[in-house]
Amino acid sequence: MKLEIGNIHVKALEFGQDTALNAGTVQIDQQALVGFIRELDHRIASVALDIARPGDKTRIMPVKDVIEPRCKVEGNGCMFPGRNPGDEAMVGEGRTHVLKGMAVVTTGKVVGFQEGIIDMSGPGAEYTPFSKTLNLVITCEVDDSCNQYDHEAILRKVGIETANLIGQLAKTATADDSRTYETKPLLEQAAQYPNLPKVGYVYMLQSQGLLHDTYLYGVDVKTILPTLLYPTEVMDGAIMSGNCVSACDKNPSIVHQNSPVIHELYEHHGSKYNFMGVIVTNENVTLADKERSSNYVAKLAVQMGLDAVIISEEGFGNPDADLVMNCRKLEDAGIKTVLLTDEYAGQNGESQSLADSTPKGDAVVTNGNANQVVHLPAMDKVIGHDTYANVIAGGWDGSLHADGSITAEIQVITGSTNELGYHNLTTIAG
Amino acid sequence: MTIKIVHYINQFFGQKGGEEAANLPIELVNGPVGPGGALQALLAGKGEIVKTIICGDSYFNENEGVACMGIREILEDIKPDLLVAGPAFNAGRYGMACGKVGEVANALGIATISGMYNENPGYELYKNYAYMVPTSNSAAGMRQALPAMAKLITSWAEKAGKLGTPQEEGYMPRGLRVNVFSEERGARRAVDMLISKLAGEPFKTEYEMPVFDRVEPQPPVIDLSKATIALVTSGGVVPKGNPDRIESSSASRFGEYSIAGLQALTCESHETAHGGYDPVACNRDPNRVLPVDVLRDMEREGKIGKLHDLYYATVGNGTSVANAKAYGHAIAMHLLNAGVSAAILTST
Repeated sequence: MKLEIGNIHVKALEFGQDTALNAGTVQIDQQALVGFIRELDHRIASVALDIARPGDKTRIMPVKDVIEPRCKVEGNGCMFPGRNPGDEAMVGEGRTHVLKGMAVVTTGKVVGFQEGIIDMSGPGAEYTPFSKTLNLVITCEVDDSCNQYDHEAILRKVGIETANLIGQLAKTATADDSRTYETKPLLEQAAQYPNLPKVGYVYMLQSQGLLHDTYLYGVDVKTILPTLLYPTEVMDGAIMSGNCVSACDKNPSIVHQNSPVIHELYEHHGSKYNFMGVIVTNENVTLADKERSSNYVAKLAVQMGLDAVIISEEGFGNPDADLVMNCRKLEDAGIKTVLLTDEYAGQNGESQSLADSTPKGDAVVTNGNANQVVHLPAMDKVIGHDTYANVIAGGWDGSLHADGSITAEIQVITGSTNELGYHNLTTIAG
Repeated sequence: MTIKIVHYINQFFGQKGGEEAANLPIELVNGPVGPGGALQALLAGKGEIVKTIICGDSYFNENEGVACMGIREILEDIKPDLLVAGPAFNAGRYGMACGKVGEVANALGIATISGMYNENPGYELYKNYAYMVPTSNSAAGMRQALPAMAKLITSWAEKAGKLGTPQEEGYMPRGLRVNVFSEERGARRAVDMLISKLAGEPFKTEYEMPVFDRVEPQPPVIDLSKATIALVTSGGVVPKGNPDRIESSSASRFGEYSIAGLQALTCESHETAHGGYDPVACNRDPNRVLPVDVLRDMEREGKIGKLHDLYYATVGNGTSVANAKAYGHAIAMHLLNAGVSAAILTST
């Protein structure tokens, strides 16, 4: 598949008369967009829109998802495939435009314990990549007829449909810069660089249940067997997030859209190695599924002729077991591994960071200890609800202080220890 | 700026005598004593030892509670910028005391710099609490140990306590994971590591995989029909409203709750506080995670002797292994003291 990505750099995000893109400024007709969102589901009780810019003394919480507006300009399929019947075409080819530098962020009353915090300034801003994006924030509440599953699904739909709608603004725009990514079908790809070692990316996706799900072409990955993906498919939204399983290391949809390991692997594709493709797999909660999926991953890797892989996990605890199984079975099959993870080493960093272990995991990149405690100063504006600081994963009773400041683990900050290596926090032996 | 230092040394270096003086209790002296003098000179004005604590090694180890209380009071009174302990070389009791006073100081927010041989048990047990420079295994190494300690103290003072890595600064690894921002994002570092690994070139893993211990199971219960069985869970099942506010992740405690007279849990009486799994099924019927109903059936049928009146719960989501170990130990002691024969631990 060959995909050209054209970036339109968004320099300003404003509310205005109509929804339009003009010379790098995205303007949103607030009333029209609120109307559009309300139409998405009759159980939506209220919708409010805000803009949060880098440097603002603004806190957004509890954050459900962060999505980048994009659209297909040429090629099969639609952006974010699998939303509707009729959207079953494969994506990842042709040309796609991106509104770079802005994001759609969803918030509202909490569904579970896992939603996170984005601070646009102050010490908290260092820990999240999304303090650097121009954020269109949707605060959406649902009515009492919704249970948690309905609530999560509605908010997910609101985020993706809004990103899809805004993304359309880029369709006819001229890209400021563009780049083409190409991965050929397996045999041709192998033949293109016959003397280079073949590498692949094992992309583990969260699949533990409510607020812990991920969607591949709209299919719940709890239900899949590991399978192959062209690296470019994710750039058109083939993988979308339905999870917040701890804000620090859940992959917001924007991270899948900009999947960092895929982008970094493309950098030396054809020079240091032959990047053959992606194996996507899940992190189910039964031993049988874990054994089956890791066996399947090893089988696919051998079938693809891989010499080495990078494996990234999403989440902690439960998926540490899958990470270790994948590593062990791939190494046993003669395939070299590099693992990407984060750590839960206790608030002082004194404890074991992973719940499972294998001596075969000799090449590990860590994206930070999620238990490190930080103090987030009070902000002038809170979009959403800050009372949840006391109950979300990484917070405790008393995390939210009377003055509005928050003391909690960085576990509560969206994207702080992202295990795909999207951000630059790491941990050293001190 | 001259930092204010309190120096902890034992009876020998405190010039009180050898083994025969090991029972001497805490003595607080003005200014430096013994090696403290040379250390202060090496600090060249960067630090001043305002007080020296001299304590007998046997006294400390045999009266740890009282000794620590005394040390704590001294530190709270003097409020030093830094505690320096030792160097202890390979003297085991001395090294343990240095480490322990480091732990006491740490609880007060005071950093400790020490020095000892890397096989001294004081390093193994207390490395989390102090920056310890490696020394030789005997006091013959004093001429190297003091400059090494002085160098670290100076660096600590100049960097306002924000020391670099063990390799950069010359202290033995404290076994702590410390967050820093890297120049390059994780995905880039992973690809670089992959390239090195493929080329057979050396690379440094950012995380050494831990080696886990194994716990030998107890022998099976001989006669279940006479046994008292207790329920324990890391699945977060707590009385409705989570009265002890057990956290949804990184739980800082466990709870002890009564099920005396309860035939089963209900969605009205109990709920889960666990933030790492879909709570809906458990909240609808908490017996799914804490099987009180089944155990009551077994009680009635005479399959087990009795279901223990108390159950213990915490949330296992993101709980550090160290905390899990501590809770497990404490819960086990409660069960042991209550005469429980066996426990069922449900996890999620």
